Amino acid sequence: MQKLMLGDEAIAQAAIDAGLSGVYSYPGTPSTEITEYIQASKQAKELRIHSDWAANEKTAMEAALGMAYAGKRSMSCMKHVGLNVAADNFMNAAVTGVNGGMVVVVADDPSMHSSQNEQDSRIYGKFALIPVLEPSNQQEAYDMTYVAFELSEKYKVPVMVRITTRVAHSRAGVTTKDVKPQNEMKLPSDPRQFVLLPAIARKQYKGLLNNQVHFNTESENSSFNQYFEGTDKKMGIIACGLGYNYLREILPEGECKFPVLKVTQYPMPQKQVKQIAAETESLLVIEEGYPMVEELIKGFLEKENVSGRLDGTLPRDGELNADIVGAALGYPTHSGESKVPDFIANRPPSMCPGCSHIDVYTALNEALEAYSPGRVFSDIGCYTLGALPPFNSINSCVDMGASVTMAKGAADAGLVPAVSVIGDSTFTHSGMTGLLDAVNENSPITVIISDNESTSMTGGQDSAALGRLEAICEGLGVDPAHIRVMNPIKKNHEELVAIMKEEFEFDGPSVIIPRRECIQKASRRRKMEAKAKMKS
Amino acid sequence: MKTDIILAGVGGQGILSIAATLGIAALENNWYLKQAETHGMSQRGGAVVSHLRISDKPIASDLVPLGKANVIISVEPMESLRYLDYLSETGYVVTNVKPFVNISDYPEEAKIMEYINNLPNVVAIDADKIANDLNARRSSNIVMLGAAAPFLNVELSVLESGLRQIFGSKGDDVVEMNLKALHAGYNFAMENK
Repeated sequence: MQKLMLGDEAIAQAAIDAGLSGVYSYPGTPSTEITEYIQASKQAKELRIHSDWAANEKTAMEAALGMAYAGKRSMSCMKHVGLNVAADNFMNAAVTGVNGGMVVVVADDPSMHSSQNEQDSRIYGKFALIPVLEPSNQQEAYDMTYVAFELSEKYKVPVMVRITTRVAHSRAGVTTKDVKPQNEMKLPSDPRQFVLLPAIARKQYKGLLNNQVHFNTESENSSFNQYFEGTDKKMGIIACGLGYNYLREILPEGECKFPVLKVTQYPMPQKQVKQIAAETESLLVIEEGYPMVEELIKGFLEKENVSGRLDGTLPRDGELNADIVGAALGYPTHSGESKVPDFIANRPPSMCPGCSHIDVYTALNEALEAYSPGRVFSDIGCYTLGALPPFNSINSCVDMGASVTMAKGAADAGLVPAVSVIGDSTFTHSGMTGLLDAVNENSPITVIISDNESTSMTGGQDSAALGRLEAICEGLGVDPAHIRVMNPIKKNHEELVAIMKEEFEFDGPSVIIPRRECIQKASRRRKMEAKAKMKS
Repeated sequence: MKTDIILAGVGGQGILSIAATLGIAALENNWYLKQAETHGMSQRGGAVVSHLRISDKPIASDLVPLGKANVIISVEPMESLRYLDYLSETGYVVTNVKPFVNISDYPEEAKIMEYINNLPNVVAIDADKIANDLNARRSSNIVMLGAAAPFLNVELSVLESGLRQIFGSKGDDVVEMNLKALHAGYNFAMENK
């Protein structure tokens, strides 16, 4: 019997079935549901699979590598920009290799539905010289994750599974496989494998390089990469990951006269790429994300006639769909004339009624009235919506933790006061070290940690900061007299404005912590409590 | 059989309960199903859409191509118009008439309703009122599902069975209430389509 699963859930179930011992992640759309599924799974609980959230993607992946060092199977899941945070570990884990199987799942977000950019993680996989699997549907998400652990243990190297929003957040029936037992703890046979001193790293790196030819052979022989013969040799189509689905929506298997190479396992299978290039006059590359494959095949000298996202046959940015792919293939799906009336207004996301961030921005706008505009640096979370009307409060949102350090740099440049607005979970993710910089230089910045005791934008996961913020700030060296905690309810509005004004005038780093539980989380908690009461 | 559905609403309106019922119904019949959802940032009061595709043959794309949807089910009137380009020439718009106003530039309600009522194939339904009249205030989305049922190429009994599965754990009363809501929506659509 098939189970109806999100792509994210299929990955999670596959990892459990493949003998996972621990998943280590930080929430990030569209990857969050992978780890949440394992946290909610009865099977995972019985198997005692670790699934608590980590403070950030780097600490998560390092812990996953530690588990793989100890011989057990581990997985680390994140959104694409989370891999930037974990990149230091990611690149070096490819060189140390693993002992137990380790799979890194990265969920890209082309079209930036919930992200700051649309970087393509396949390029990270290539950068780290490791195999990458790119499922085109939910069943493949399951099958590939299951196989990824085998591949990882066969070559003792981390393996990446790359998905995008449409696979992650789309549901379909999935058939599962047998459950494998977890690995016993067993240390690496070479005690120096994980010691990347230059002399050892050079040896390890050569081993990784020597494996490249094997990774290619794996790709050439993989059932995930398929070659479909075609009678019309004018064009060959290379369709990667989700691009393959959109191709098949327009030209189903029996109806496509062109040769097709489906690529969902990387490195690119050399043999099949050469074959399709040799037997066709031109190539069309359909890939979700950057024109990575297209660029690779086309090369600098453009010896092959290749089209795709680079030459404008497909758009250079944004996610693909059947309409875009249909147009590129010469099979338009529609006339192009829109029937949507022009009075339809945009409905952007907004902060929930009763949200504490609203009170914080209302006070902040008032407290900053005396100063020139352009001095509020913010961060990644629900409070980023403070950029939109009616607040128009913030001047930056770049990466996790950047609010603190950008405020410091701007203050160094003479923008005083400079204000940082950051959430509690983002602060413990990547804001703490920046605050230490500000303390060490006595920088005149005010850090407002808008504390809703939750990681809310991704669905209300527990925050690593819960109950620790004052202690952390004090520990980092912020003067306790300038750590101001209060509840930002309407009644306290004047007080909050006054506190802000005071701290803006303070010549050194200060922290204001307006604290009130996320309204969504509070309502879920009350429902759960009511349910528990009913039961008892 | 093959049915492409666009489900529209505003983050927090719970359009996924409609999708879940259809999903279970599809699995019971061994049909293929793909359901692309909106998660993350847009869920905070923004426009949300779910693409739901059901077929007795394998489905390639998770997204419905433009001009292919058999029906747009919208739990909010303005949102029903946002996705009109997905609707096929013969497709139906089934929309709730109660506006959800959380933006300052929400268009005039009369303008929206005039446009909706002039669509060639439309069922405009006050699902909240019908649900209230049934003492089933929380089942307005199931009223919507019922109103869309004539256009889904799915027998009503299949949807009934889906509801029984979804709400079964909450007791017979809840199941009965949702079955009533389903039928009320269905009857309204049959009389007003």
